Amino acid sequence: MVGVVLVSHSARVAEAVAELARELAAGGPVAPVAAAGGTAVGGLGTSAERIVAAAREVDRGAGVALLADLGSSVLTVKALLMEDELPQGSRLLDAPFVEGAVAAVVTASTGAPLAAVEAAAAEAYTYRKT
Amino acid sequence: MRDADFFRRWMAAAAASVEREADRLTELDSPIGDADHGSNLRRGFAAVAAALEAEPVSAAPGPVLQLAGRTLISTVGGASGPLYGTLLRRTGKALGASAEVSDAELRAALSEGVGAVAQLGGAVPGDKTMLDALEPGVAALGTSYRAAASAAENGALATVPMRARKGRASYLGERSVGHQDPGATSSALLLAALADVAESADAR
Repeated sequence: MVGVVLVSHSARVAEAVAELARELAAGGPVAPVAAAGGTAVGGLGTSAERIVAAAREVDRGAGVALLADLGSSVLTVKALLMEDELPQGSRLLDAPFVEGAVAAVVTASTGAPLAAVEAAAAEAYTYRKT
Repeated sequence: MRDADFFRRWMAAAAASVEREADRLTELDSPIGDADHGSNLRRGFAAVAAALEAEPVSAAPGPVLQLAGRTLISTVGGASGPLYGTLLRRTGKALGASAEVSDAELRAALSEGVGAVAQLGGAVPGDKTMLDALEPGVAALGTSYRAAASAAENGALATVPMRARKGRASYLGERSVGHQDPGATSSALLLAALADVAESADAR
């Protein structure tokens, strides 16, 4: 299965969104999801180490989908991808964080390939709320 | 020609300058950012200095900058980490494994580094970011290291009337006008440290 990594400025945001996505994907096998929120010392911000560790943790060989929230979360994932420091088949998804995470985890849990996970997460942008 | 020791001295000078100016950087980051630019960079460059001391073996400029860049990405925690990390890492990569590099090679490598920063952050000059200091600074390297430092400093000052279009400050819209960009300011410090180290090396 494709693994999913949730990168947020806040450890609590990343963990809560991971929990929400896992619960909404439940009912069968659930894709591996890891939260990489906050800095290494527990503050608000981004930790490259946490992101790399989370990606390795959920990597089952089918690819790793990363979702990021703000500023340095996005930039750190992009910098790590530019330098090939994430597992092979890792991709940053262009998707809203919460809705994209749910779509990605539900889709990944069906055994869908990375491209389908990416498409499902990106599609969350097309759902308008007003 | 510039050897690995020159680049170590540059990073040490940058760390000392960031340490000295950390409070000012954080002050600049208070009205338009999240007031952590100085403390983030201080932590990052202190880690760079420690990493370079712990690994004194790399005898080439490229690996020195690559180690510094990797360290910044790992330790800064804010957007300036991946941005400065990418700047130094890409510059180091462009310098390759040569034991000594010419000023012209350094100039070309820094241009590549600045290009990578622009690509990563998606910013262009005028967006009120570090690029507003880095681009004119690196462009002026063809004249001299001091000219580069001055151009970067002027670039940082020129961000005052700009409206931010990238990062946290962009949410403030018009309220971002009238404040000097902290990232452009720290970029000017980095090029000033380079000029100091180059001048002291050339004076010997």
